[in-house]
Amino acid sequence: MSTPHVLLGLLAAGNRHGYELKRAHDERLPRARPLAFGQVYATLGRLQRDGLVAPAGQEREGGPDRTAYALTGDGRAALERWLAEVEPPMPYVASTLFAKVAVALLVADADRARAYLVAQRQAHTERLRELTAVKTAPSASLDDVVAADFAIAHLDADLRWLQTTIDRVADWHREVHS
Amino acid sequence: MTQLKARGVVKAYGRTPALRGITLDVAEGEIVAVTGPSGCGKSTLLHCLAGILRPDAGEVSWNGHRIDTWSEAARSRLRRTEFGVLFQFGQLVAELTAAENVALPLLLAGTRRREARTAALSWLERLGVAELADSRPGEMSGGQQQRCATARALVTEPRVLFADEPTGALDTLTGEQVLTQLVRLAREQRTMVVLVTHEPQIAAYADREVILRDGMVDHTGLGLDTSLPGGRR
Repeated sequence: MSTPHVLLGLLAAGNRHGYELKRAHDERLPRARPLAFGQVYATLGRLQRDGLVAPAGQEREGGPDRTAYALTGDGRAALERWLAEVEPPMPYVASTLFAKVAVALLVADADRARAYLVAQRQAHTERLRELTAVKTAPSASLDDVVAADFAIAHLDADLRWLQTTIDRVADWHREVHS
Repeated sequence: MTQLKARGVVKAYGRTPALRGITLDVAEGEIVAVTGPSGCGKSTLLHCLAGILRPDAGEVSWNGHRIDTWSEAARSRLRRTEFGVLFQFGQLVAELTAAENVALPLLLAGTRRREARTAALSWLERLGVAELADSRPGEMSGGQQQRCATARALVTEPRVLFADEPTGALDTLTGEQVLTQLVRLAREQRTMVVLVTHEPQIAAYADREVILRDGMVDHTGLGLDTSLPGGRR
């Protein structure tokens, strides 16, 4: 995920300081990994260096000074470009999941690879069930639902691949070692 | 405690085995997904559990009573009173309105017409399709028909709902809405649900998953058992 662009997007709604940006990020993208404070400030530093954001005054609320940031004209243009760009459809063949099965087949037998696939399928299924519970809870916001949908659709694709590969693994092993 | 049990259930169609010894328990209030590849016996198992088909061997019991030995009439009565069934295509009666379709199981069970209609309207309301009460299936979308079929399956407040690919003919969002309502209502009433599906996303609505393979429960899919027979494609 592109944290710099997400921060630019959050600043498009109005000036914010680092802490507010972190909170807004975690709220808007509830299934994403929470953003670390250090990452927020480091990213803001880079964005400021590149002229995409600018300091917009200090704020003090009984604590240390906090710098609010504003989106610059260049920042808005960069955000618009990013939003208009289609992401390359990634076939995730470089994923750890795939690599692990391929390596298991190289170094061990079909049963070992299959055992991994079966355990992985179980873990995926449990996660799918958790996410389904999150999105169907009466208290779920649309932020939660849409983020859970995204994760569910990807897990679902992985699960289909895991199942098909479980069925193919013996033939695959034979081919690898022929 | 209310329980639905299958013990060593075997069923064949001619010489083709469909179920080769299935043992399964469903506890009160539990939602169980039965999954597995096409032809693994999912639907046959559902039909045997619901008393629609009689197993060739093994037992199916409901609350301690063996229903596989019951007459067709007795099993049919059970399906009208304690069991509800929902299929992929709602199978609504084309000539009847939504309200008449939903009221049908109650009328068959001897409920008075006015009470049956009141209950039907209330269930259509719960499924969010109250405005379709006087529409016929031909005038409804697939999703609306399936909501009416869900209302019809739940109107008798069954103890068990058997659902065979209930969202299979619907788009993702509509299917999700129908299923969310079905699961919510089932949980409210502590209705057991046996949900047949080949979709992992649908199975995820259940409390647990039973995987079938070649007419048997595939226990190997549930953990780290590596004792799978080698060489299977």
